[in-house]
Order: sequence, then C-alpha cells, then structure tokens
Amino acid sequence: MAVLVIADHDNAALSDATAKTVTAAKAFGGDVDVLVAGKGAADVAAAAAGLDGVRKVLHADGDAYEKQLAEAMEALIVPMMDGYDALFAPATTMGKNVTPRIAAKLDVMQLSDIVGIEGQDTFVRPIYAGNAIMTVKSSDAKKVVTVRGTAFEAAGAGGSAAVETVDAPGGPFKSSFVSEEIVASDRPELTAAKRIVSGGRALGSAEEFERLMNPLADKLGAAVGASRAAVDAGYAPNDYQVGQTGKIVAPELYIAVGISGAIQHLAGMKDSKIIVAINKDEEAPIFQVADYGLVADLFNAVPELTDAL
Amino acid sequence: MKVLVPVKRVIDYNVKVRVKSDQTGVDLANVKMSMNPFDEISVEEAVRMKEAGAVTEVVAVSIGPQQAQETIRTALAMGADRGILIKTDDDVEPLGVAKLLAKVVEEESPDLVILGKQAIDDDSNQTGQMLGALLGWPQGTFASEVKADGGKVNVTREVDGGLQTVALDGPAIVTTDLRLNEPRYASLPNIMKAKKKPIDMKEPGDYGVDISPRLTVVKVTEPPVREAGEKVEDVAALVDKLKTAGAV
Repeated sequence: MAVLVIADHDNAALSDATAKTVTAAKAFGGDVDVLVAGKGAADVAAAAAGLDGVRKVLHADGDAYEKQLAEAMEALIVPMMDGYDALFAPATTMGKNVTPRIAAKLDVMQLSDIVGIEGQDTFVRPIYAGNAIMTVKSSDAKKVVTVRGTAFEAAGAGGSAAVETVDAPGGPFKSSFVSEEIVASDRPELTAAKRIVSGGRALGSAEEFERLMNPLADKLGAAVGASRAAVDAGYAPNDYQVGQTGKIVAPELYIAVGISGAIQHLAGMKDSKIIVAINKDEEAPIFQVADYGLVADLFNAVPELTDAL
Repeated sequence: MKVLVPVKRVIDYNVKVRVKSDQTGVDLANVKMSMNPFDEISVEEAVRMKEAGAVTEVVAVSIGPQQAQETIRTALAMGADRGILIKTDDDVEPLGVAKLLAKVVEEESPDLVILGKQAIDDDSNQTGQMLGALLGWPQGTFASEVKADGGKVNVTREVDGGLQTVALDGPAIVTTDLRLNEPRYASLPNIMKAKKKPIDMKEPGDYGVDISPRLTVVKVTEPPVREAGEKVEDVAALVDKLKTAGAV
C-alpha cells in the first residue's frame, strides 16, 4: 500500500494544509510519499522531507509547475499513479482544482473534502454545507481524496525522508499563468491561524472594519476574517471570507464581531475550539454556537476588549 | 461562439435540509427545488456573453428526473436558446455526469462549457474539472471574471490568498464562483417565451457510457450539535472567562 500526497505550497514554504493531509494519509495506511511540484521549490521539498511519517519526497521542478496549474499537474501525476493505491491532496483551491482531473483520467470517483477515514474504502464527508454528514464506501481500485484541513492535526516535524528528483513533462499545456494579486499581510494566514477575529456587516464600512478589527487582531496575533455579508458590502477583501463558500477554519479562538451567524458562515467556523460572539442583537443565531456571548454595541465593546487584552 | 451550460436541480438554498431518521439520506419529499445557485451564475454569464455579441447560442443541459425540465426552463427564461434533458431517476455521480457531458460536447461542439464550481447538495466540486480531463480541455475554475477573445479565454480565479488569472487555449472549461455576476430574475414575458423554446429529451442509454455509481452511501447523519455557552455581562467578564480558559 502506498499513498501519494500532493504538496500545496508557494515555492517558498510548505502549507500547513499539506502537513494535515499527511496525517490523513497516514490514517488511511501504507507508505506516504509527498510530491512537491514547483519551480525552485527545494526548500519546500526539504520541509516535506522533515514531516513525520513521510517515506520519500518526489520533487518535480519546471516552469510549468510554478503555479501548479491543473493541466500540467494532471500530465505529471496520472502516470505516477501506477505505483500508488491512493492520491491525497489538501482541499485547498490547488487541491480542488487539480485532483478531479486525475480522478477522471484514472476513471475513479473522487471523495471530496473528507473529514474522517473509517477504513481503506470508507470515508466521511460533509454535504449540504455541513448540514449533513455522509459516510460513503468507494468501490474504485484507487482512491482519489481531498482532505479538509480542519479535521486533521498537522503531522509533526520529526522525519528525515529522502528527496528524489522526478522528471516532469514540460508541455506545452493549454493553460498558462498570466498574473496574480495575492494579498500581502503580516498576520497569520486564515486557515492556519490559531486565533481569528472576524467582522460582519454591522461594522458598517471598510474604514470602521479596519479601525476596529485590525488592532484587536494585532493584540491577539490573530488573523482577520469576515462574513460573506461584510465581503459583499465591500468592507473586507474577498480572501477574508469565512464560510461554506469561503474558507473553512477551526482556530483555538474565534471572535465573531457583528456577525449574525448565517448558516453559510457557521458552516465555515463552527469547529473552532472557543467561539466568542459580540453582537447587539441578543437573538442573533451566532449566540447558539458561541461559548461566550456578549450582547453589546461592538463600537464600544471591541475597543474596550482590545485595551483589556 | 457557442456555450454549453449544464444545470442541476437541487434543494433550494433557503431550505433547511433534514436528515432522514433511517439515515439513508436527506428528506426530499415536498421540499422546494431550484437551480443550483452556482449554475444560475453560469447561465447568467453565458447569456451576458450572448448579449454582448460574443456568443451566438447558449444551450442548457440537465441530467436528472423529469422535473429537471423545469430547471432547464428557468435557464431558457434567463436567456438560453434551447435545452437538453438527459432523463434519469437515478443519482448520477460527478464522474458519470462528466462522461455524459463529454458526449454532449462531442455532439454539440461548443467553444466553452460554463459550469457551477459545485452543486450545493453534494458539495463535490468535481464535474467541471473531470469534464476538462475527459475532453483534454484546459480549465479556469472558481472564476470571478471571464474574458473570451477569439480562441483565447482569460479567466480570473478566486484562489487561496487572492486572485489568479490564467489564459486558456479554447475550447475550454470555466467553473463559476459567487462573485462572477449577479444572476437576473426572469421576466414574465421571458418566462412565457421560454415555454416555446425547444428541449431535446434524451436518456443516459443514448450516450453509451458507463455511469454506474462507484460510491455507496453507508449512512447520512446530522452533524454534531454545538451547544450554546453562556452570556457574559461585559468586556471585563469576557476577558476573565478567556483567561480562565487559557484562550488569551
């Protein structure tokens, strides 16, 4: 038995989601190899080799892999799957983009966004935005799986796997990278943050969102998130969005400020360890999932909380 | 340019789903069904491209029960030109859907297939990518902007951390994300007009592909319920609680 894990990275650092996927792959069983496909990503390969429980790291280097576009990744990975019983990838936008192409080529029905493994062919995954949990059994010979990071602990750093270079098809492929706008921030990345402060529409404007949320986040060393309503209203950038259609997070502390708690939002954060809700509407659904609820005007409560910490 | 838009009939996004007590699935009896919201965005995008003069025909296709015809009618009322219903009462998994759509693409030869990034029932997020692989076409998934220019399609994608733009050599696959557009409501005259637009009736057997399911549902259960905690009086009490819990 052997499992191939696709590493998610930016050519400089290995994502936390990859370490969590390695844990899921170990729970599935067998030898776990990690594929690092990128451009100049030797540091990432070294980091993957240091993960606990990894047998070896396969390092594919080439221009076509700099952004891990799906068409190149498919050409690289499909032939490699002869030697593996399963392909695991984090359910990040990279994983979601790439793995179904490989599943289709292998004639396998993919298991998306799994949160549990109950044997070599049985997996647990949320459906209906987490409003139901489905256990499914796969009859396919090979499994193709994406892993929801919040459901698994990150693999530790105790490994010393060998790094092997593998040949990567050079293309040309029918897709090419044009540009990107990645939001630079000194704060932790949302999906990896231990603490998150998240703002909703009640903040009223982009200026107020920034004025109130950022100091609180800085005080806590937290990432900043937002509800879909706040993002749609233009108070916070796109990539702040926590929820079923945004990021799924499970930090140790989640502070929801002026967020009513739509099902959509709850689906993205209800696995957080401690949830704090600050909202002036005491009937807000967010209080039904909060460990500590404060019914208060956020414009007073948030600065006061920032000062008190 | 011709665009194919697959549409799926799902439980309306406003309905609170209920898990059946025998754990075989969720209750679909007497529940309002609608077009998958991401598919509405696909239809809207295709219709806007047609209105802008870049597209000559928009074809909506659905795989599902007889009632999925209503979902196609909705697409037609929004501005699609004609429909294809591949009628089946069985659940067809994304792999099976992708195989059927690949056959439809062979027959219809569209330049672009625009799909929702996922259906809000099974949340698989697979069909578009699988179709791309089966056809050997490139893909622009999770699109927040699509620019089709001759044989090239530029797609701006919502990725972790921000936005990424890719250029695709058409024909190509696009899957839609929430911010691509805001779908229109069909006007009454357009709803009436849609009744006269043609829908081709097909069956999976017409396409000669194996769509037998690969997954068996063992059980479907309610998610664990998170209990409400306590209300605190003021910020000082909140800080106290957080300190006691070791959270700050």
